[in-house]
Amino acid sequence: MARLTDFSDSERKHHLQKIRDLPDFGATPFVAGPSLARRRVAIVTTSGLHARGDRPFDIGAADYRVIPGEMPASELVMSHVSVNFDRSGFQEDVNVVFPIDRLRELAADGVIGAVSDFHYAFMGAAPIRALEPKAKELATLLKKDRVDAVLLTPV
Amino acid sequence: MGALGHYIEREGVPTAQVSLIREQTAAIKPPRALWVPFMLGRPFGAPNEPDFQRNVLRSLLSLFDRPAGPVLDDFPEDAPTASEAPSFACPVSFASAKAREVGLAGAVLEEVAELGPWYELARRRRGRTTVGVFGAGAEAATRHVLSYVKGSPEAPPDPAWSAGMAVKRACDDLKAYYYEAVAAQPGNIDARAIETWFWTETAAAQALLSIRDYCLKSSDESLKPLGKLSLIPRFVTDTR
Repeated sequence: MARLTDFSDSERKHHLQKIRDLPDFGATPFVAGPSLARRRVAIVTTSGLHARGDRPFDIGAADYRVIPGEMPASELVMSHVSVNFDRSGFQEDVNVVFPIDRLRELAADGVIGAVSDFHYAFMGAAPIRALEPKAKELATLLKKDRVDAVLLTPV
Repeated sequence: MGALGHYIEREGVPTAQVSLIREQTAAIKPPRALWVPFMLGRPFGAPNEPDFQRNVLRSLLSLFDRPAGPVLDDFPEDAPTASEAPSFACPVSFASAKAREVGLAGAVLEEVAELGPWYELARRRRGRTTVGVFGAGAEAATRHVLSYVKGSPEAPPDPAWSAGMAVKRACDDLKAYYYEAVAAQPGNIDARAIETWFWTETAAAQALLSIRDYCLKSSDESLKPLGKLSLIPRFVTDTR
């Protein structure tokens, strides 16, 4: 579905321009870790999710919100500024964007070691370079929480 | 998304990402990525499909077992689709004629009232609502949206919010109210059908389009960008 060839002309042009505007990230880092069954997993979504009552995301916001692992789905709202993606799936079932229940099931089955106590949300429409300082800050938090597998999930 | 993979993994934390736009991920080359052939907004495929969601998640997690990267795998299955999609029917009958009879603001208020029972039904069935970024319920958001339609915009409810962010959040809450209400019927969970219904058949969509025009003409720097990008989807503005 989300193949560039499936998009409208304007949508395709928009995404192609974004690709042309990408900075050079240099060599790809690659960090080894333990087997999956021993990893502690956190979700970092760029869907603009946050707790009801937490600060909504502004246009261009490059900061993140904390989502405690035990937060019920009824407390999650989305303030992503883009109107060019489907929200009806998230409205029906939070796991289509933020698969917290599926992750807990895999932990219970022993597929992964554990689910982190905290997860995080950015708002994906932020300027790419602006994300770097906050991402570094977040990595420090993740390491303190002994997370050794981060699932990055977009919308 | 791929940028975060670089930034976080550079600090020593392994990452694996879902990719929705393969070309973009191929250009960024993050450490580990799984491209999925799903619509934007649904990185784990489809709602209420736990087995399918779990398969996507397991494929994503399996990338951590790879010895070297960058890795960009393709998930082989399309997302399940709503089987009732062809029978989509709106539980409330709207007509743009209403706007001519009672004015645009009046027509929106009638729609909101008519959709009320369906919205409550959806909220009970799901045990949640995603309305509530602007304020506690859809009522305050509707009032804020209609203040623009009437040409006398209300001040933002929070002094820290710009006029633009306030009206943007009110518009998104109003739209979420409509989407959740119309999905109350079991056959109405097809994303494209809901989207087409909203943008072609409701007075609320006409209200959002009128706010877009207001923003484009405004000298308020917080309103201008909304008119260009953040109120109306490209597939709607393409046809205007």
